[in-house]
Amino acid sequence: MPMEKIVLPGIKDFHLIDVYEQYGGYTAIKKALSQSPDDIIDQVKKSGLRGRGGAAFSAGLKWSFMPKSSVKPAYLCINGDESEPGSFKDRQIFEFNPHQLIEGILIAAYATRVKTTYIYIRGEYHKWIKLFEKALSDACAKGYAGEKMKKTFGTDFFVDIYVHKGAGAYICGEESALMNSIEGKRGYPRVKPPFPAQNGLWGCPTTINNVETVTNVPPIINKGWEWFSKIGEPKHPGTLLYGISGHVNKPGVYELPTGMLLTDLIYNYAGGVINNKKILCVIPGGSSMPPLRGDQIEGVKMDAESLKAYGTSIGTAGVIVMDEDTDLVKTLARIAKFYYHESCGQCTPCREGTGWMLKILNRLVRGEGSTHDLDLLVSIAFNIEGNTICALGEAAAWPVRYTITRFRDYFEKRVSREVILPVANKVHSMRHTAFPLADIKE
Amino acid sequence: MTFKFTLENTKRIEEAVKRYPHKNAALMPVLYIAQEQEGWISQEVIKEVASVLEMTAEEVLGVVTFYSMYHTKPAGKYHLQVCTNVSCMLHGAVVIYDHVKDKLKIENGGVTGDGLFSLEEVECMGSCGTAPMFAINEDFFENLNIQKVDEIIESFKNQD
Repeated sequence: MPMEKIVLPGIKDFHLIDVYEQYGGYTAIKKALSQSPDDIIDQVKKSGLRGRGGAAFSAGLKWSFMPKSSVKPAYLCINGDESEPGSFKDRQIFEFNPHQLIEGILIAAYATRVKTTYIYIRGEYHKWIKLFEKALSDACAKGYAGEKMKKTFGTDFFVDIYVHKGAGAYICGEESALMNSIEGKRGYPRVKPPFPAQNGLWGCPTTINNVETVTNVPPIINKGWEWFSKIGEPKHPGTLLYGISGHVNKPGVYELPTGMLLTDLIYNYAGGVINNKKILCVIPGGSSMPPLRGDQIEGVKMDAESLKAYGTSIGTAGVIVMDEDTDLVKTLARIAKFYYHESCGQCTPCREGTGWMLKILNRLVRGEGSTHDLDLLVSIAFNIEGNTICALGEAAAWPVRYTITRFRDYFEKRVSREVILPVANKVHSMRHTAFPLADIKE
Repeated sequence: MTFKFTLENTKRIEEAVKRYPHKNAALMPVLYIAQEQEGWISQEVIKEVASVLEMTAEEVLGVVTFYSMYHTKPAGKYHLQVCTNVSCMLHGAVVIYDHVKDKLKIENGGVTGDGLFSLEEVECMGSCGTAPMFAINEDFFENLNIQKVDEIIESFKNQD
């Protein structure tokens, strides 16, 4: 069976509106408009399409949470913040298939009864923002988006699409932080409940979808949900944009069905490991996901359910491969630095914990770590996860916790068995034992 | 020195405000317009933006300092942003970063004496498949090596 390409068909000049139209572009929205919004939601639900932003939640189910009638306006936000280290898939869509994204937005807006959509694109993507804006203005000019839609499709429905440019904050990829950012505020995540479908952007019903998720929608409407549900793994159907980076010969984004073997991706598609080295560690879904040991990737399948069984998660399908000569301590310290930098600072466990983990890991990098530090790191990680408003707590804690527990042997070799602490700390750490200060020997 | 938006930028701000149901929601695009005009977000800029959008200066400041792409001090003409996150790091980004520091003789956040270059160590820019990378102002330079870095920096020096 030939590999289906749904999101990145690889057709020459597909980003141009004329070419997109030639291949049946903007017919799915026409077909959708002849049905009721609930029919569309039903089809997307049955197709089994799951969110591609990390949580892999059913897209149709998410849409069905939106109220059928509301006195308040409703909003759709498209998440193109893409800031997870190891993830670089959405920029391919902005560059090579922006019209299918726009058409997906139109269908999603129709299904959720929305008239205003904001697409949030990370600020660093200047080039891709321009490419998308060009496509959007072409679509508006041809009457596929905006007020003109009424005339083009002969219905009352229309949707305005606006680009909102981020300004360099990883946390804005979290859906409630993203809404605050669109409102012109600091990107602070909100406490849930209330959930966005009831109380989102400006307190109005809101749905947030990932760029890749909505780009999957037009083919589902055109070719039918049965077709889509048969691609890849039944419980997580469709294709994924696997972004493979790190020590591989051919890094890049590969569109392949869900449930691919991880080894297949690395050795067949990404051309194997540079210089044929062995693999030390693979992060399967972007830097926040628990890593897998190189000697335990045989038979691992890349979809939400299978990876769960292996104690990790699909995330954004950003696969990072590290060869046997990688300094895992330094790498983990760098990941910890990222989360320390990106913590928004609202919740104490995350704000303080990320800093502590970074300091301890830097101590390990300097060669001054002890076995006690390894336990301490795991303990701090435990105390962050589940104790924060948003999932950045888990994102910061998981890499530290799982890298250390899964590579304990590796880390043990890099630390001393004795606790090396400056005197001041020694006094502090022993204070609970109530020794008089004079008893502590240098 | 007071800051005022140019006539053209005032029109752009009006356009930006139209996209949102509330005026203060346009803060982020307006800050970008201000930064384009002034080069950085000074106290004067903050006051002016606050008065244009009918907000307090403190609210504006809170947003400016939250996002890393708003400069709270003047940047160089060419703002170099070197990614050192995981995927780039695995491809020697730290060596590239140290080389740039040595070459320009500035540290993270520094500006060269002639005001031409400024340097920032940034988090993942989404170029993991083409690592290592840096960006100069709005343009990405990918698949870097030391020689390429030298060529790019020289070409920007000569442009001036």
